[in-house]
Amino acid sequence: METGELNPNHYPAQRAAKVVQHYLNTRYGSPHKLFGLQSVHSGNAEDLADSGRKYQLEISVQEMIGNTTVKCSAEVLFPRGEPQRSAQVQASCEELLKINTTAQEEAWYQQHQKNQGLLSVQNLPDSYGHIEPDMKPLWHLCIVASSFVMLNESTENTLYNVAQVANVTQLATQNDQLKFDCHILLHEMVSQEIIQWKLLFTWSPPGGVKMLQMEQLPHRCEKPPNTN
Amino acid sequence: MLNLVGLGFVVLLAAMGAATVESTLTTILQIQSLLMLVLQLIALCLMHFDVCNSVQYDYYKYHPMHEIQSWMAQIKNEHPDVVTIMDYGKTYEHRTISLLKIGFDTGEKKKAIWMDCGIHAREWIAPAFCQYFVREILNAYKTDSKMQEMMKNMDFYVTPVLNMDGYIYSWEEERLWRKNRSPGPAGCACNGTDLNRNFDANWGTIGVSADCCSNIYCGSHPVSEPEAQAVTYFVGTRKEDFLCFLTIHSYGQLLLVPYGHPNFTASNYNELMEVGLAAAEAIWKVHGKNYTVGASPDVLYPNSGSSRDWARMQGIPLAYTFELRDNGTFGFELPENQIQPTCEEAYMGALHIITYAHDKTFSGAVATVAATLWTVLIAMGVTGSNSM
Repeated sequence: METGELNPNHYPAQRAAKVVQHYLNTRYGSPHKLFGLQSVHSGNAEDLADSGRKYQLEISVQEMIGNTTVKCSAEVLFPRGEPQRSAQVQASCEELLKINTTAQEEAWYQQHQKNQGLLSVQNLPDSYGHIEPDMKPLWHLCIVASSFVMLNESTENTLYNVAQVANVTQLATQNDQLKFDCHILLHEMVSQEIIQWKLLFTWSPPGGVKMLQMEQLPHRCEKPPNTN
Repeated sequence: MLNLVGLGFVVLLAAMGAATVESTLTTILQIQSLLMLVLQLIALCLMHFDVCNSVQYDYYKYHPMHEIQSWMAQIKNEHPDVVTIMDYGKTYEHRTISLLKIGFDTGEKKKAIWMDCGIHAREWIAPAFCQYFVREILNAYKTDSKMQEMMKNMDFYVTPVLNMDGYIYSWEEERLWRKNRSPGPAGCACNGTDLNRNFDANWGTIGVSADCCSNIYCGSHPVSEPEAQAVTYFVGTRKEDFLCFLTIHSYGQLLLVPYGHPNFTASNYNELMEVGLAAAEAIWKVHGKNYTVGASPDVLYPNSGSSRDWARMQGIPLAYTFELRDNGTFGFELPENQIQPTCEEAYMGALHIITYAHDKTFSGAVATVAATLWTVLIAMGVTGSNSM
């Protein structure tokens, strides 16, 4: 594997940078705040003997709802050894905390706290890439929750994105935290596989997303072949 | 459709209202012929509702396979002088694989450009791009002298959907299906081979799985799959003609050059990179989207058995994989409101590569239809120093 200065456009730096995206979403993501990797400016990889490989990166991420670009310096450590442990990330981003979404989050929280008919939605986005505007915050929230999984599962040999939220159900509010069940489909680029996870989590504006349960679901059973 | 029928009725009623005793017979005949016209319009539109007027074909929506097939027929009917449909193989489920051959019929053997879309079922933006590309070149050649020249010198072979079985399966059963629909080897619980790992190019060596349930299962042997066989036979028997082989995928915003195997470098790697980078710049100029250019093992992952690698190994000099929008936000389920900008930028990228391939072969002379002798003489003098 490459060590020293990395080509920012090549996959080692890009995969490590994607992990930073997942990390930022777990820390700062909300129904109204979501980060996407925009570009890698520079990268450096160091082999740490038995502990693993450490990447140092200068990247830009985009807060996608408000369309703000934020520069970050980050370190990603991919640990070595059995059993496989998750990547560890440190990141400092300029002006991250300046992105203020408190008002929208409070409003959304209030609206859903009162929700008598608890929400259940399928296919975000649908096959045509469409999401009803009202459903977008829910989609964002499931992506934030998915980021915990993607962060846990990422290695130097993977690149994760959320392919689709198959199903999201709002459950009864618990201790002033909104509670959700998201069934998500992840796309892993290197294997090209679709991996399903069931996520149980809570969210509130001050608390952010707190994961309760994360469960990988087995591969879809193959349907019997058409006999037409 | 309803406007035309409605108009027919309005004229009919007006004719009826204007009838006087003296002109009754004339009016009856007028009404009769109008009625025939209206009935014909209704019949025509009922038969071809989706593409009743191809001007109304919506290039910015995703279309199921049968609509794409109707569209192909409509395109051929509207441009019989430059478009032919060629059937060149069968899918596993016995569907006929077809392409549109577009170019002036000069009666001579011509150089060619290859474009295929939809090797991977779930990458719906790719077939959308092939359709857009066809529409663009057919609109351009009437007024743009450069496109006219290219259509004179080259034929464009465009396959809107190569993996038809998979594409239909992604519409009807499983939106995120990737492979074709051939059964696995005996005892396998899963279906499908990854067509873009099945070509005879370092087959089965890297970036593949021998697990028949894997999404990168490379098949039981090289070119085991009928869809891969179709391309191999069609392009293989004409390989000296092809200047350029473009295979369209999503997602990732990449232009990939051969080879997928890290131990092999194309002999014209520098040229491929230079042309690719210029194409990426052309893409960026349209809507500001960055497409990364590089060999697959550098910018994505190593792989083997791809159609691009096979084409390059046949000697086709300019072979590229396009990975269109986006970068993972929507992934395979790219919103329909992004079809237009994605197609616009990809078109400029593809056009750059195609124009380069053309100009390299035809000495870079740009001749307008009404080229004067003076222009020709200048062109002859200049191309002596321009030609590569």
